[in-house]
Amino acid sequence: MSITKQDVLHVAELARLALSEEEMELYTRQLQRILNYVEKLSELDTRGVVPTTYTVPLAHAMREDVTAPSIPQEEALQNAPEKDRGCFKVPQVIE
Amino acid sequence: MELTSLTIHELSERLSRKEVSAVEVTKAFLGRIGEVDGKTRAYITVTAEAALEAAERADGMLARKDDVTPMTGIPVSVKDIFCTRGIRTTCASKILGNFIPPYDSTVVKKLKGSGAVLLGKTNMDEFAMGSSTENSAFFKTLNPWAPDRVPGGSSGGSAAAMAASECAASVGTDTGGSIRQPAACCGVVGLKPTYGRVSRFGMVAFASSLDQAGPFTRDVTDAAIMLKVMAGHDPLDSTSVNMEVPDYRSFLAAGCKGLKVGIPKEYFIEGMDPDVEKAVRDALDVLKGAGAELVPVSLPHTEYAVAVYYLVATAEASSNLARYDGVKYGLRVNEAGNLLDMYKKTRDSGFGGEVKRRIMLGTYSLSAGYYEAYYKKASQVRTLVRDDFSAAFKTCDVIATPTAPTAAFRLGEKIEDPLTMYLSDIFTISCNLAGIPGISVPCGLILGWKVDEGTVLRTAYAYEQATEWHKRRPAI
Repeated sequence: MSITKQDVLHVAELARLALSEEEMELYTRQLQRILNYVEKLSELDTRGVVPTTYTVPLAHAMREDVTAPSIPQEEALQNAPEKDRGCFKVPQVIE
Repeated sequence: MELTSLTIHELSERLSRKEVSAVEVTKAFLGRIGEVDGKTRAYITVTAEAALEAAERADGMLARKDDVTPMTGIPVSVKDIFCTRGIRTTCASKILGNFIPPYDSTVVKKLKGSGAVLLGKTNMDEFAMGSSTENSAFFKTLNPWAPDRVPGGSSGGSAAAMAASECAASVGTDTGGSIRQPAACCGVVGLKPTYGRVSRFGMVAFASSLDQAGPFTRDVTDAAIMLKVMAGHDPLDSTSVNMEVPDYRSFLAAGCKGLKVGIPKEYFIEGMDPDVEKAVRDALDVLKGAGAELVPVSLPHTEYAVAVYYLVATAEASSNLARYDGVKYGLRVNEAGNLLDMYKKTRDSGFGGEVKRRIMLGTYSLSAGYYEAYYKKASQVRTLVRDDFSAAFKTCDVIATPTAPTAAFRLGEKIEDPLTMYLSDIFTISCNLAGIPGISVPCGLILGWKVDEGTVLRTAYAYEQATEWHKRRPAI
């Protein structure tokens, strides 16, 4: 599959990356090369093969619903770039 | 011999015989770091003060013979991907440059609980993405054996710190070879346990179905000691394996007589460095000499593993790294003052080139219209890779292969060409895709079936007993 600069622009938007013009050019080229390489998977017939997402057999992990102490609010906020009255502060969302 | 050159079990013996105190041992390592880390640049953060306090506590434990373990008073480092309460944890990224976790990762908690002394946090490729540690946002780490060469990656700081005797053991993470490949580059032992054997809680996530923590050590006995401390089920990681943790040292003495060692023909390929091939062939002869039976096996889908890996790992990474948005912790770049722009600018300036490339690839392959062709296809071929191993282990007990196709490459040699860099992981990746354990010893890689670290360690130990490689130290 060939990847265009338009595709890269769209993907950058989805990934929330403000790429520069230069990065855009570079990634278009590099992603194309990587995608050409992974194209080799299409040599294999995988009809009916069950995809592997985890390699250990997993069951739903259940536990008792008990209350336990968690990280205090002050500590949970200690790394916040901006905070206000015990909350994480972000730029205005609603006009 | 210098204290800093000793193994965990040698140091532990001296500590328990009171020949030396934990504070003296820690001071020796801190001194060594002061002496050589300016050259190797293995550490991002050194926690001298906290280390000396922990050493004093360890001396107390030793004096009272209170909860003493083989790790009590042993100075270790951990890759800067493990959260450490009150100690900066960066993942070698600008986006986490000022992040101070309010909690310890389970691995760190277990090490502290065993009485181990944390010396500091080691350098790595940003978010564990890379094979040379050149992708660290802060600085490059040099290979103590040859300063013009990379230490491997992504846990290159841990491997270099081990080779330069800047810690007695280290903990790294391995998503596609990030423990075993740097261990091979730096001539130390590196163990990737079975997926889920060690809790991932508090370990910054890269590719959640592949990531696994494991030890770097000077010898195989030490790897068994470290794994015993690190392994076990954790209610905070529901993917951790809920099985009893054996005393891994008890497997070692059995030797490898009669053990069937599978040799996959797909791992002895054209283009492999002839010196590496010879070294590995010699190592196989050593195993044979120790009584192992070498049997040919086939892993026919090996050539697809790199392609599968770079689709699966990047898809998972694009999702895991969505959390770095400048809201709750880490870097925030907010020039325009609108939320969407804040996300985009924070992420663009906070992530390095390789991380952005992988987020882009992962987002692309998961996006509408491409999911079936890329992510789903890769997950299906992953099943074929896993089935190869499950068939091979019906005819052998362990599999022996080279760890990497070449010795440590030169700094700058592959950094401009992502695909060539990716291919340096060709021999280590399948193991993560299949979720099985693997150990890199100088010089070769031994793989085992799931949760069978015991046989892997036993084979590696038999090899080590017949060689002298693990006793060599670089002249730095």
